[in-house]
Amino acid sequence: MQEPKVHLEIGSRLENVELVQIAVEAALVQLDVCEEMSHRIGTAVREAVANAIQHGNGMDPDKQVEVDFKLDGNEVIIHVRDEGGGFDPGNIPDPLTPENLLRPNGRGILIMNQFMDEIDYSYVDNRGTQLTMRKRLALSRDASHRQEEEEE
Amino acid sequence: MKIPARHTSGITILEPKGKITIGVGDVALREAVHEAVDAGATKILIDLGEVSTIDSSGIGELVAAYTTVTNRGGNLKLLNLPPKVQDILQITQLVTVFDVLDNEEDAIASFEE
Repeated sequence: MQEPKVHLEIGSRLENVELVQIAVEAALVQLDVCEEMSHRIGTAVREAVANAIQHGNGMDPDKQVEVDFKLDGNEVIIHVRDEGGGFDPGNIPDPLTPENLLRPNGRGILIMNQFMDEIDYSYVDNRGTQLTMRKRLALSRDASHRQEEEEE
Repeated sequence: MKIPARHTSGITILEPKGKITIGVGDVALREAVHEAVDAGATKILIDLGEVSTIDSSGIGELVAAYTTVTNRGGNLKLLNLPPKVQDILQITQLVTVFDVLDNEEDAIASFEE
């Protein structure tokens, strides 16, 4: 069995969001991650990629979004990179305050934060924004053992 | 994708199926709600029982639908939340906004209260 690693480069089209979620959830199936957890991580990735396409790359289909998925020990690490000008996540209004609760948008980062253990944005000059998300998994003994064998 | 709508006891019941996600079911939901409201519906029940996935765009459309109907003096409620939808409504604290019911009979009766 191969180590679950995913690298995707997609054009900034919304139909590609689905593709990335399917690929990530398929990788998680290889790790025997339960369906609920797999869906939560897949949804976080979906939100990240949708933001990268819409807000990072401004829906420009010639701009790429790169997604990397890997396992480090029992932690899933996912990078999502766009070619946008960066932004300050601190400027995103809190969607849970009463005045924002009925806004139709602005919940993507909240969902990512809730479904993952850590999310972190960084901006690299002339290269775009990189989002790193981490999630520790309760891997089954078999899955952990398989990964150890592959690393040997 | 067009969302099926049926009518009972003066209530419009919308039955989206599959995904309510960015670029997929979100626009269809918006169109179905606007169509119902434009046709004069003031009591709208969205049955989410056959919805497999929702994301922040889908949630945004539910909120927009709620606002549209409420602003016109109507009432919009949700029926049969699957666990994945319930999960996201909890996280976004929108369970405090929507009236959520578990069976159609109770839902229909609740519009009369």
